[in-house]
Amino acid sequence: MTQPPIYLAVALDGAGWHPSAWREPDARSAEIFGGAYWRDLARTAENGGIDLLTIEDALGLQTPALGDIDPTVTNEVRGRLDAVLLASWLAPLTNRIGLVPTVTTTHTEPFHVSTAIATLDYASNGRAGLRAQVSGRSHEAAHFGRRSIPRLHPGRLDSAEGVAALNELFDEAADALEVVRRLWDSWQDDAVIRDQATGRFIDRDRLHYIDFTGEQFTVRGPSITPRPPQGQPLVTALAHQTIPYRLAGRQADIVYITPHDDAQVLSIAAEVRAAERFVGRRGTPLGVWADILVVLDDTPDAARRRLERLDDQHGTPLTSDALIFTGTPGGLVEQLLHWSALGIDGFRLRPAALPHDLQQIADRVVPLLTSSAALDRDRDATTLRSFLGFEPAPNRYTDEPLFGAAGERIAS
Amino acid sequence: MTGTDRPLKQVHLAAHFPGVNNTTVWSDPASGSQIDFTSFEQFASIAERGRFDYLFLAEGLRLREHKGRIHDLDVIGRPNTLAVLAAVAAVTEHIGLVGTLSATFNEPYELARQLQSLDLLSGGRAGWNVVTTSDAFHGENFRRGAFLDREDRYRRAAEFLEVAREIWDDWAEDAVVADQDSGRFLADDAIDLIDHHGPQFDVTGYGTLPRSRQRHPVIVQAGDSADGRDFAAAYAEVIFSRHSEFEAGRSFYGDVKSRLAAHGRRHDDLKILPAATFVLGDTRAAAEERAREVSLQQVSPQTAITFLEQVWGTDLSGYDPDGPLPDIEAHEDATITRGRVRHERDSVSVAQSWRALAEAENLSIRELVIRVSGRHSFIGTPSAVADEINHYVQNDASDGFVIVGHLTPGGLDDFVEKVVPELQERGVYRTEYAEDATLRDLLELPGPPDLRAPRRTSVA
Repeated sequence: MTQPPIYLAVALDGAGWHPSAWREPDARSAEIFGGAYWRDLARTAENGGIDLLTIEDALGLQTPALGDIDPTVTNEVRGRLDAVLLASWLAPLTNRIGLVPTVTTTHTEPFHVSTAIATLDYASNGRAGLRAQVSGRSHEAAHFGRRSIPRLHPGRLDSAEGVAALNELFDEAADALEVVRRLWDSWQDDAVIRDQATGRFIDRDRLHYIDFTGEQFTVRGPSITPRPPQGQPLVTALAHQTIPYRLAGRQADIVYITPHDDAQVLSIAAEVRAAERFVGRRGTPLGVWADILVVLDDTPDAARRRLERLDDQHGTPLTSDALIFTGTPGGLVEQLLHWSALGIDGFRLRPAALPHDLQQIADRVVPLLTSSAALDRDRDATTLRSFLGFEPAPNRYTDEPLFGAAGERIAS
Repeated sequence: MTGTDRPLKQVHLAAHFPGVNNTTVWSDPASGSQIDFTSFEQFASIAERGRFDYLFLAEGLRLREHKGRIHDLDVIGRPNTLAVLAAVAAVTEHIGLVGTLSATFNEPYELARQLQSLDLLSGGRAGWNVVTTSDAFHGENFRRGAFLDREDRYRRAAEFLEVAREIWDDWAEDAVVADQDSGRFLADDAIDLIDHHGPQFDVTGYGTLPRSRQRHPVIVQAGDSADGRDFAAAYAEVIFSRHSEFEAGRSFYGDVKSRLAAHGRRHDDLKILPAATFVLGDTRAAAEERAREVSLQQVSPQTAITFLEQVWGTDLSGYDPDGPLPDIEAHEDATITRGRVRHERDSVSVAQSWRALAEAENLSIRELVIRVSGRHSFIGTPSAVADEINHYVQNDASDGFVIVGHLTPGGLDDFVEKVVPELQERGVYRTEYAEDATLRDLLELPGPPDLRAPRRTSVA
């Protein structure tokens, strides 16, 4: 049996995903608010053959899980550059890697999000995507002062209020992404005509009002920015439960999931497919990628010892929503091939410490996957979509629509 | 030249990326894409070679409409201002990056953070042209819709800036310690709580970024009304002015600068840069002839009719652009064109003065429109244009200009190759960028006052 392709993303954040990563000797902790550090990371990932990078972000300082903000924490990295602007900055400095910044859908303007990602797509010649994220954090709502968001406790997400609050946030996210996508399509690819005879720059019949009406906003359109090179840049979302799976099913191309074992790979994948059916998804099925936090060294023992050292330094053991893999690049590749055989399309690896674990992925993991033929790529592909095996995106105003009609809700 | 002993003022120049009105010629074979990133990269590289202070981008939040339909005669479509400036920051080293961004259709926490990110990524080269759009037409693309009364525009912008400044100053100067040995990433009390409650905004929380090298992006503003001038005197560091004629420029310059003292600011704390177009030639006559050609490209027969319709307030598509003005009277219709800056004067009196001009000089519709709209600021040999620019600056009609080319992306090539060396020879324009200069340094502007309360604990 031939090995299906395995797609590879790396998730960049601060000095890495371990809260003590910034204290590692090779960490460039004082440089994380400048561009050069990120340029070097992006080039390491690109030269290593990684398909895309994501950049974490939020509309406020980092907090533990869904916990409250604590400005007195001084032993962890706090603060982030705006991910969309950082990705834009990286665009002309890279050539092939996909650039997928985190975008919060909750307080932001869908119009600005759409034009920003379209612009990222132009600046990168078709390598843009986004990772959609809702903000259920009350302290972030207080930065905008327009509405209060009740505190969501992880233990109470299944309660009636928890479900109602989640539904509201994710319905709004679906609306925001619907607007973002419609705006991308609101200019046909052939809208600019430069017709000297009639003096017309544009054929206005090839521009489309999007006339979106939702619970939280209405948007008239068309976009101010012409349709981006990919037509529809890649939309991705991290999801941990049914309501977010439905959002992904409705609006995303790729969903990142967080299984911890084989059984969860199968059960979560089944839940994702059920969510796709529930929302009536048509067209290409979701790409299902697994998130794994990686601590990589030459021997399993060395990796374990490094994690222990980092944990000791921080005073608490590392925790994560995703599986924490501690071991060798070879061991990780075995795990990836095994989950790939269970149906996982790609992996988003979260390096515990930068640049060390990224370097391990680029220098060791990728060559091992290449030798197993899992990283065979279409060499003629130039856009992120085509690189990942997605068909060219049809335009909803001229072709058959891919997604459900506007106004469909995620919740039953 | 000034008749006084004061030292020569330095000329400040900004490079306006060609926009989406008929100043920008798309019918010329040399006209490239206004969207592809290579155009921005080339344009920025030319401007940086010309040692300009900054690159300037306008913003669009909705496509213009005329007679209820999307206006199709001019270049339309722009990239997202912030995203394209961040990309340009990566491929430039010295030049400032100024974007036009609405204080109405953005929120201060988010926009302040984006500008601060741009400022950090560019090493202190960011600037913000604050605009205050408020009409329902633009609002239809945004969450808040048309919620703002016209008279609240500057109130919102002022409060927006107050909040943004608090955010930019929120982290202490030495907030990031990143001491790997002691395990302290941030200093104690590094970040203050922002707790702003005003008529326009309620913002409570913490900023997410350290200070940039110039601490605050440079604030640019373009309003011309009395409210706009007061706002500028209080907040702006550069005015992008429309007064490019010498006497009008001098009077505007004097008026705005005289308002600074009331806000505790000095004469040089605000630079005034009018927009200026140019046409060059080897001789005055050659430049005049070229100017005429450019005007004909800018004002196509269809564009001439559209211009007239904006003033006449009615459909004039049946009229011959090469014939006389319509025999019907103009009437006010503020909705015929939406999404562009409108004439301050009422349409009926504009129409009267246009008719008088056309009759006196026997002008066709197209000739009239060229006459009233297609005026180029500077026409002549490079040496004459440099003299004229310098004359404005030394005589306080401006501190320099925002140069608007008519071609994308090569519209400034001639200016940079021919006029800039003339200015340099006159000793009024930089020949090199100072090492590590911020945009604030390039514009010779002081640092803004630090809003952060003094640290409670000092570093021993």
